[in-house]
Amino acid sequence: MRRMTFVMPTPSPATEGRHHMFRAIVFSAVPVGIITGIAITLMQMVGTEPLILKAETYENAGPAVPDAAPPAEHTHAAGTPAHDHAASSAEGEGHDAAGHDHGEGWAPADGFERTAYTLGANVLTAIGYSLVLTALLSMTNVVHGWRTGLFFGVAGFASVMLAPMVGLPPELPGSPAAALAARQTWWIATALATAAGIGLLVLRRESWSAVLAVILIAAPHVVGAPLPPAGEEPLAPLELERRFIVVATVTSFVFWALLGALSGTFLKRLSPSA
Amino acid sequence: MQKQTADAAARPAVTSRTSNLVQSAMAACLGIFVIGFVGFSHLEVVHNAAHDVRHANAFPCH
Repeated sequence: MRRMTFVMPTPSPATEGRHHMFRAIVFSAVPVGIITGIAITLMQMVGTEPLILKAETYENAGPAVPDAAPPAEHTHAAGTPAHDHAASSAEGEGHDAAGHDHGEGWAPADGFERTAYTLGANVLTAIGYSLVLTALLSMTNVVHGWRTGLFFGVAGFASVMLAPMVGLPPELPGSPAAALAARQTWWIATALATAAGIGLLVLRRESWSAVLAVILIAAPHVVGAPLPPAGEEPLAPLELERRFIVVATVTSFVFWALLGALSGTFLKRLSPSA
Repeated sequence: MQKQTADAAARPAVTSRTSNLVQSAMAACLGIFVIGFVGFSHLEVVHNAAHDVRHANAFPCH
């Protein structure tokens, strides 16, 4: 009978502990996520966060279109379907419909509260990614340790940051974009296809798997990401947008390097079959 | 405890390997669920709470 309580691996892992892989992965991913989440929040506070806040001043000011109603007056209940404002108002206000309004619903107050929620979201994201990465590590017949974990982390960075950002670069608030669901679908499909492609390249020796890997990695970009509506411009200056892309990408790389190396280290210590 | 150890030792190695794979897959699913909730939820409240993280991680936002 399996024990249902969470305890550290027993002194005889070779016989009993092998049935607790799930527990080992969770025990590894939670501390890894907490450490990585805290570290990345600190990086974001000096990196991406000031750029986001600056972009929001442009977003809140709204598009510089004469005779348009101030964007602050345009609020509607959450869940209101997309609608055309051009019929009822100046044409320039259509831009606001493509963006979004932070005035809708609850949002954390700027300052400590906002940073606290960002920290929480970072920790949860890191735990989630570490659960997946550690599970994949444990599924493959590789030697566990920080170096293998680091390699998996770089593969994760390529799959969920580099590949999706070819079509959907990190955006500052106030950037025009296609419908959310369509972008999410493309993002997820691209991340999965890229991860599968890298996995095939690294773990299989057959030539067909290499061909399939190249197809999987290239296909999402041949299909193409959903593009923003024609004629719409970001509210933030281009220079701010470019800096944000660079800082977000580097921060993400550090996130994944740390997450991977720590996941490999923790799994090695906690793995029941090690 | 003794019986459990004996049972585990008697089981073929392939069963243990399958068990590990299933448990790893469960852990991966849990992770995907957490990421989906934080980064991809359409709930306004969740979006606003994780707003800056979504932007920094290049999750589709807004």
